[in-house]
Amino acid sequence: MDTPDNTSVENGELYGVLAEFDTPGALIKAARKVRDAGYTEFDCYSPFPVHGIDEAMGIKRTILPLLIFGGGITGLLGGCLLQWYCNASAWHWNVSGKPLWTFPITPNNVPIAFECTILLSVFTSFFGMWILNKLPQVWHPFFRLDRFAKVTDDGFFLGIEAKDKRFDLAETRRLLESAGALEVEDCNLDPDPETRRMPIWLYGFIIVSTVFALVPFALIYRARASHSKEPHYHIFSDMDFQAKVKSDTAFDMFPDGRANRGEIPGTVARGWLEDDSAYWRGLTQDQGGEWITNFPAQVQITPELMKRGQQRFNIYCAPCHGYDGRGDGMIPQRVRKAGAGALLPRNLIDPKTGVITMPNGQVFNTISNGYNTMMGYSAQIPAQDRWAIVAYVRALERAQNAAQGDVPADKWNEINGATP
Amino acid sequence: MSTEATAAAHGTGDARAAFREITHDIAWVAENPKVPKAWYGALGVGLLLLSIGGYCIYHVVMTGIGVWGNNNSVGWAWDITNFVWWIGIGHAGTLISAILYLMRQGWRTSINRAAEAMTIFAVMCAGIFPIIHTGRPWFAWWMIPHPNDMHMWPQFRSPLMWDVFAISTYATTSILFWYMGMVPDLATFRDRSKSKIRQLVYGVLALGWRGSARQWHRYERAYLILAGLSTPLVLSVHSVVSFDFATSLNPGWHTTIFPPYFVAGAIFSGFAMVMTLMIPARYLFNLKHIIKEEHIEAMCKVTLATGMMVGFSYSVEFFIAWYSGNEFEQFTFLNRASGPFWWAWLSMVSCNVLIPQFFWFKKCRTNPWIIIILCIFINIGMWFERFVIIATSLTRQWLPSTWSYYVPTKYDVGVFVGTIGLFLTLFTLFMRFLPSVAIAEVKNTLPEAHAGKEH
Repeated sequence: MDTPDNTSVENGELYGVLAEFDTPGALIKAARKVRDAGYTEFDCYSPFPVHGIDEAMGIKRTILPLLIFGGGITGLLGGCLLQWYCNASAWHWNVSGKPLWTFPITPNNVPIAFECTILLSVFTSFFGMWILNKLPQVWHPFFRLDRFAKVTDDGFFLGIEAKDKRFDLAETRRLLESAGALEVEDCNLDPDPETRRMPIWLYGFIIVSTVFALVPFALIYRARASHSKEPHYHIFSDMDFQAKVKSDTAFDMFPDGRANRGEIPGTVARGWLEDDSAYWRGLTQDQGGEWITNFPAQVQITPELMKRGQQRFNIYCAPCHGYDGRGDGMIPQRVRKAGAGALLPRNLIDPKTGVITMPNGQVFNTISNGYNTMMGYSAQIPAQDRWAIVAYVRALERAQNAAQGDVPADKWNEINGATP
Repeated sequence: MSTEATAAAHGTGDARAAFREITHDIAWVAENPKVPKAWYGALGVGLLLLSIGGYCIYHVVMTGIGVWGNNNSVGWAWDITNFVWWIGIGHAGTLISAILYLMRQGWRTSINRAAEAMTIFAVMCAGIFPIIHTGRPWFAWWMIPHPNDMHMWPQFRSPLMWDVFAISTYATTSILFWYMGMVPDLATFRDRSKSKIRQLVYGVLALGWRGSARQWHRYERAYLILAGLSTPLVLSVHSVVSFDFATSLNPGWHTTIFPPYFVAGAIFSGFAMVMTLMIPARYLFNLKHIIKEEHIEAMCKVTLATGMMVGFSYSVEFFIAWYSGNEFEQFTFLNRASGPFWWAWLSMVSCNVLIPQFFWFKKCRTNPWIIIILCIFINIGMWFERFVIIATSLTRQWLPSTWSYYVPTKYDVGVFVGTIGLFLTLFTLFMRFLPSVAIAEVKNTLPEAHAGKEH
């Protein structure tokens, strides 16, 4: 390799001088000498960390450990916050009734808080070290010197930059030579400043790759913000579309094109004959019958039946008809409050609405099959309970329309005494 | 360069020749245009096994994990056994790189880079199993906490979530630690590169490293702290893995000895794996003067020590099962030794407790063939240990009505073989294309590193 002619300006501005030393010990001695001479803008370069050079060069201890401590604390708090938010705030995750969170941390949450502490400390160590070292740095003037390639092999170098206040080419060279340098070489910046800039294509690459990296996020955002008529895209469709026919779907194996197989005409399932028209339908007979006015033989009016009727009525009927049967339950109240003009439930106890005069069979039929906007309850309430409700409604009507004479004489005084 | 360096190393007595020799001998592994035939052989075997495993994974994912031998009673079998086995192997790498560094064991520098690579590849192999075992691996990302339409959050009190965090932290830390340690050596590769493509690739990877003392100062701090962070991390990772079992109520799993017992077993199996890999590598790539015989011998001693810890744990488990007076616990341990899986238990005890005893003899610690055979037996034994803990315990739980047997299918075997292929492939590629020995660190341990210093 030819040594460049350093005096010529065509070779570019002077960056500094680089001296090579034979051994790590020689490098340390030289570093001490350069520091003692008052230089500050200098650095040593070696294939491995030379122990003792920090003190010789006067390198101050790095603040990296403090940063890592901060990273660790952030990880610890972040790990606690994450778990508290996910399991005790955003979603109360109940595990055998154990407390959601105990201060400062629930024992079961320690492992993840610990891992978060380590992870953030590791990130701070790794990225913090490179940032403090100002790396990655693709280009450095000393890389222009062929000799400098030895720094990762067997070379020990000391470089002094020209920007140092004490720098004087001749003087500095003499200092390095007297410190035992094998060779002292000048280092010039490339005369063409373009070589020190980041190439345009690299900018282009960074911009284009950044834009492309945003494309998936843009697609996700678009998908979330818009509607689509298309069905979901199934990568593995075997759970959503199984090899069986579901009810009420089309199926071309049968002539009627339905998956459902209906009941076979002329048959009745076991236990579903329901041939007692009075008990099952409230009619004296199925063809051209009248509503029955009494109760079927299977329904014995007992205090237990009345209690059962009250309980069922309060579950199924009271939300609309009210606990007292006046048609003023929770739902009509809310309908009125909302100002909606819906068909309101009937008052069961007012003689004007005609429920009182309905035969028992008709009341039973209304409960079973519904009327107007009221739906039928035969699916939810077994027949015996429907009859119990009929009995309870009769009791409500009687109680709400009672005259003074209906109260037994011995009870009358009791009530009067109790009422102020 | 090569002839010059070798001549300098043997001819002149100058201190720098020793550094040149180290640089050359390690970089030559990646630069030598004549690649040993055995390297191609290892890569070929690795790729073959990998493709078998790739097909089996494809089949398992597309069809469902029903193609495995797992059944209602034995819900965890080969999959979790392999997961724990691979994670355990990885731990020796961290032990060598971090714990031995903190203990200032200079001999570790010859093997730490390869051991760290082994850690990373082993963790990659391990991670495959729980992800496939979810049954629908494309939903595995649901384990990462993120706001979603279902307002669903992970259950952080579950040991399986601890696993997710521990393993991912461990993988991240191992990769960063490994890469950071490699940067000065990648710079060496960069500076020796002749071809444009090598210059570009190694140049980008080396981040512009120039060995500045001010940079070395921060670098060493960061390295020390990373070692300090990795040490509790590696202990926590295998403890968390053992919590998967210990926090359940199954007899044979619900024991407090599990964390230390698992960690000791992990290091034991990991050292055996390091030796299985490094003994052929040091012959193949002429690294015998760098990875020295005494280094191998020291690893044999660590293996012996950890093997005895594992054996001690086995006996403590048996003692506690008897001492607890818990009949289910007693039955579980008797069943392990005398039940339908007695052969698995016998393999475990003979490979893990009896085989390492050979390392008492110096001849067994120095003969490479004996070491390799013993190490392979230890790896088999450690696989059986996990199998015994997992499958044998599950075949005999509380209710006799749940008792069953377990037989692996070809897909169980295929996926496992596939991960061995992945490991072998990655490790062979690593040996050839990355600095397989920590060049800067080895130089630092040479006596020449102190040449010319005043004392």
